[in-house]
Amino acid sequence: MSRVRVLVGTRKGAFVLSSDGTRRDWRVEGPFFAGWEIYHVNGSPAEPNRLYASQTSGWFGQVMQRSDDGGKSWEAVGNAFTYEGVPGTHQWYDGTARPWEFKRVWHLEPSRTDPDTVYAGVEDAALFRSTDGGANWQELAGLRSHGSGPSWQPGAGGMCLHTIILDPRDAQRIFIAISAAGAFRTDDGGATWKPINRGLSSQYIPDPNAEVGHCVHRLAMHRARPEVLFMQKHWDVLRSDDAGESWREISGNLPTDFGFAIDVHAHDPETIYVVPIKSDTEHFPLDGKLQVYRSRSGGEEWEALTNGLPQRDCYVNVLRDAMAVDELDECGIYFGTTGGQVYASADAGEHWAAIVRDLPAVLSVEVQTLP
Amino acid sequence: MIRVVLPPHLRTLARTSGETPIEVDGAVTQRSVLDALEAAYPVLCGTIRDRATMQRRPFLRFFACERDLSHDAPDTPLPDSVASGAEPLLIVGAIAGG
Repeated sequence: MSRVRVLVGTRKGAFVLSSDGTRRDWRVEGPFFAGWEIYHVNGSPAEPNRLYASQTSGWFGQVMQRSDDGGKSWEAVGNAFTYEGVPGTHQWYDGTARPWEFKRVWHLEPSRTDPDTVYAGVEDAALFRSTDGGANWQELAGLRSHGSGPSWQPGAGGMCLHTIILDPRDAQRIFIAISAAGAFRTDDGGATWKPINRGLSSQYIPDPNAEVGHCVHRLAMHRARPEVLFMQKHWDVLRSDDAGESWREISGNLPTDFGFAIDVHAHDPETIYVVPIKSDTEHFPLDGKLQVYRSRSGGEEWEALTNGLPQRDCYVNVLRDAMAVDELDECGIYFGTTGGQVYASADAGEHWAAIVRDLPAVLSVEVQTLP
Repeated sequence: MIRVVLPPHLRTLARTSGETPIEVDGAVTQRSVLDALEAAYPVLCGTIRDRATMQRRPFLRFFACERDLSHDAPDTPLPDSVASGAEPLLIVGAIAGG
């Protein structure tokens, strides 16, 4: 029977949650790197026991970790993230120009085919790649230097590159997203990039329809249909059917379209999930009710999924990297909260149960489907 | 032999316990001690000094002989008692955060 391994990054360490295919009984291991912020842990699709973790601290900076045994043991690898050339400046909160300065790794995206190749999205926003298992990192500087970089500005959480999607059909195509610059795409393996934000409208920037400056919170794709992208923006849920060339809003009947996380069902490219959050000033669910919303029609029409989730007095947040789906026949959905719960549904969202309830605030959730 | 006391998180990272003894060739300064420490424990690169600027991380301090040496120039000789091994160099994490 297949099994699943859920990789959880929290404010105070990493945890590995394991279960068989029933996803009823769970083994909890951790904390790994206790006391450190673990922004992200992710596994190689090509070699599932190869894991990468971003370990970071306000005191001690960035450390990168690698496991070759599914998280049982870890070795520190390279942590030198050096911007190519003269880093230049971006916008600061007060509108002044500020030099690019590396702070931390937000997201790790291992190659689908090579366990030694992994991409890292960092703050201040840039994309790095390692081809030697994390020992050395090189910036794909065409992103930062394509022209609009000096106008990028940080969101409240920092100017982070938080989403990396590798096109499963075209090894030269990568999608990324930056808060608060927007979404970008390369079609030549990272040498050149273009903004892909046409159709986005953001009332919090001087030109609501600007080419860059949008606070994109998350992108999601179904691997069978890589030209279709879904986006949770600061406000608005959107969809593109042309690889980001144009976007249209699909918020439909959502009770609020602010949020962070968005993901796609493993087997149905038109079934998508979001966790609506009340507003940009109140980062918790509406009315104290934690609800996942699912659309089975690719957006516009949404239904609340609440069975097993707290429906009173719940004021947690679900961060952008804290939702994932497994690939078992009956697709499992997982998300973590800033209250330390990791919820799982083994039936595509119909029923939910907490795997754990009292972890530190959850920053990220990934899931591996294992033989 | 220079005696370095690392904060607990860095001892865990370097897989050491207690004091960390370091051999330093030549003048004993903050820079030479940290260079030798990072050479012996590469995992500490970037954790005490920023990798790009080589500046001390803001939430870390260097104490020795009941003095705060954090603002001394990196090439200022450390006190004789540190150089002789009579006193340790303390690398201290700020009391801050949650």
